[in-house]
Amino acid sequence: MSEVLIVAEQVDSHVSRPALELLTLARRLGDPVAVVFGEADETVAKALAEYGAIRVLSVSDPALNDYLVTPKAEALAQIAETVRPAAILITSTPEGKEIAGRLAVKLESGLITDATDLAADGTTTQSVFAGNWTVTAAVPRGVPVITVKPNAVTPEVAPAEPAVEQVEVTVSDTAKSARIVNSEPKQSSGRPELTEAGVVVAGGRGTGGEFAAIEELADLLGGAVGASRAAVDAGWYPYAYQIGQTGKTVSPQLYIAAGISGAIQHRAGMQTSKAIVAVNKDSEAPIFALADLGIVGDLNKVLPAVIEKIKQRKG
Amino acid sequence: MKIVVLVKYVPDATGERSFAADGTVDRAGSDGLLSELDEYAVEQALQIADKRDDVEVVVMTLGPEDAADAIKRSLQMGASAGIHIIDDAVHGSDAAATSAILAEAIKKAVPDLVICGMASTDGTMGVIPAMIAERLDWPAATLGATLSLADDRITIRRDTDVASLTIEASLPAIVSVTDQSGDARYPSMKGILAAKKKPVETWTLADLAIDTSSVGLDAAWSKVLQTTPRPPKEPGRIIVDEDDAGSAAFVEFLTAGKYI
Ligand SMILES: Cc1cc2nc3c(=O)[nH]c(=O)nc-3n(C[C@H](O)[C@H](O)[C@H](O)COP(=O)(O)OP(=O)(O)OC[C@H]3O[C@@H](n4cnc5c(N)ncnc54)[C@H](O)[C@@H]3O)c2cc1C
Ligand SMILES: Nc1ncnc2c1ncn2[C@@H]1O[C@H](COP(=O)(O)O)[C@@H](O)[C@H]1O
Repeated sequence: MSEVLIVAEQVDSHVSRPALELLTLARRLGDPVAVVFGEADETVAKALAEYGAIRVLSVSDPALNDYLVTPKAEALAQIAETVRPAAILITSTPEGKEIAGRLAVKLESGLITDATDLAADGTTTQSVFAGNWTVTAAVPRGVPVITVKPNAVTPEVAPAEPAVEQVEVTVSDTAKSARIVNSEPKQSSGRPELTEAGVVVAGGRGTGGEFAAIEELADLLGGAVGASRAAVDAGWYPYAYQIGQTGKTVSPQLYIAAGISGAIQHRAGMQTSKAIVAVNKDSEAPIFALADLGIVGDLNKVLPAVIEKIKQRKG
Repeated sequence: MKIVVLVKYVPDATGERSFAADGTVDRAGSDGLLSELDEYAVEQALQIADKRDDVEVVVMTLGPEDAADAIKRSLQMGASAGIHIIDDAVHGSDAAATSAILAEAIKKAVPDLVICGMASTDGTMGVIPAMIAERLDWPAATLGATLSLADDRITIRRDTDVASLTIEASLPAIVSVTDQSGDARYPSMKGILAAKKKPVETWTLADLAIDTSSVGLDAAWSKVLQTTPRPPKEPGRIIVDEDDAGSAAFVEFLTAGKYI
């Protein structure tokens, strides 16, 4: 069976959930080979093995951290030359998409971004125009380079026994042209990753900047907090939590929109959620057209009442 | 100093967007406009031009006849000149061909700096700047929430989920800027009048020495197989919050879905 390269992102020395999703999708096409940027320590190797990686390739050139994107694309191109994979799967993050674009040029291969599904014959599914259309596509040329959105599939265990191989790559001088001169780490919210969370509670302009109830409800439901661009632009919540066309796309089991009107650019980021609950005082708000449950009312009354009831129930 | 801004003409997101029978974006059936995300790129170029006297801002678009509107709007905002790459053979081009054509056009225009938007609002791939840089072997500082230029060196701030990065590159370089980079200006009455006299060149693939058979739908490295409109959503349940009915229905919904 042919091999399929996947890029396994690490977060704090743990394999990210989207990487396990890539392994699961890759197994439809062939034998997954995971590429890890940085050291693949025991926890990382174990998780990749559990989800079916038959080989783990670790690339730890310091240039990967010192320059933007390019060294990673070069490393993957070099690995692809030796592995000759049937496809290359990368998670759809801004960086992942740029790596994929460069790789497609290097390998003279077709590129598909933001797939939400992948079939055994390599056909991808994408959701476009703010989720209003579904498109299937395929790559007739080269090694298909495909970026996959988080939450495309539920990771499935398929134990394998990979060896971790250290791979040396050569990073060219032209790849060292956009230098990362400073990196300020961000504080973690302690809540689930927005794009991976099963529940997302999002607040908009209607919150008036008061996110305490949004956060409390998210915590009671084990969910993540999101925000509309209006809320982000007002400085009420950081940009990293913006949902929509120019923020994150989320596709949770449950999306709760409070004080969000549901502009097309916002819908682009949450339309594919499995269930949607909206609280808005304007019965004409477009968000209600998407909602499985729409509550026409003041979020300052509804949210505290919901929180109170959940707490009572939990005792 | 010459800055080229890459701008795309896209179908209006607030209207009905759809696909033509050949799987390409239906550009004839909907109103188009300069991609709002590229307005941020034009704005950043104009801000650099506002601070120095030696800056020429040239906007460049690849697209059909209507795409001239994207150039027009950019000129009204204050850009100095336009280049419209137009050729029937381009129809149906994928990111590979689009980036190849734009890379050749950039070589011909010989700018010091290329500024792009973060993504086009129709394709939303966000890959063209990186792919052009790959082809030109130029430094790329992408997704800048800020952009500054000093001593032939550009600096951007790029915000990721885990960190805020400062990235530097020397010119010539390609950058892209996000919608966090600062509101784009509206064309003034003076700007609208002045735009009429600004030069716009049209280039074809022949002008760029690009073989027409290497681009377009048939040559695409990725192919759309099928396009399906999402079925309209079944209307949900709407509750007016009177006498606590809203929170009661909400909690009932959470219970039924086993969220609590
Ligand atoms: C190129 C471009 C990209 C964009 N990208 C994004 C994006 O990524 N994400 C995004 O979100 N937006 C994006 N936008 C902006 C988008 O068009 C909307 O402006 C934005 O989503 C509006 O945010 P909102 O719903 O919070 O605010 P509003 O539209 O002002 O809606 C606020 C809602 O709150 C309701 N409300 C007020 N008070 C209460 C109360 N007490 N109780 C209950 N309800 C109340 C109001 O009835 C109203 O419906 C983009 C726009 C452009 C042009
Ligand atoms: N046809 C085009 N003409 C000019 N610029 C383009 C075109 N397509 C993409 N771009 C530029 O590349 C950026 C990213 O586009 P995309 O990768 O298609 O999302 C856009 O914001 C534009 O700056």
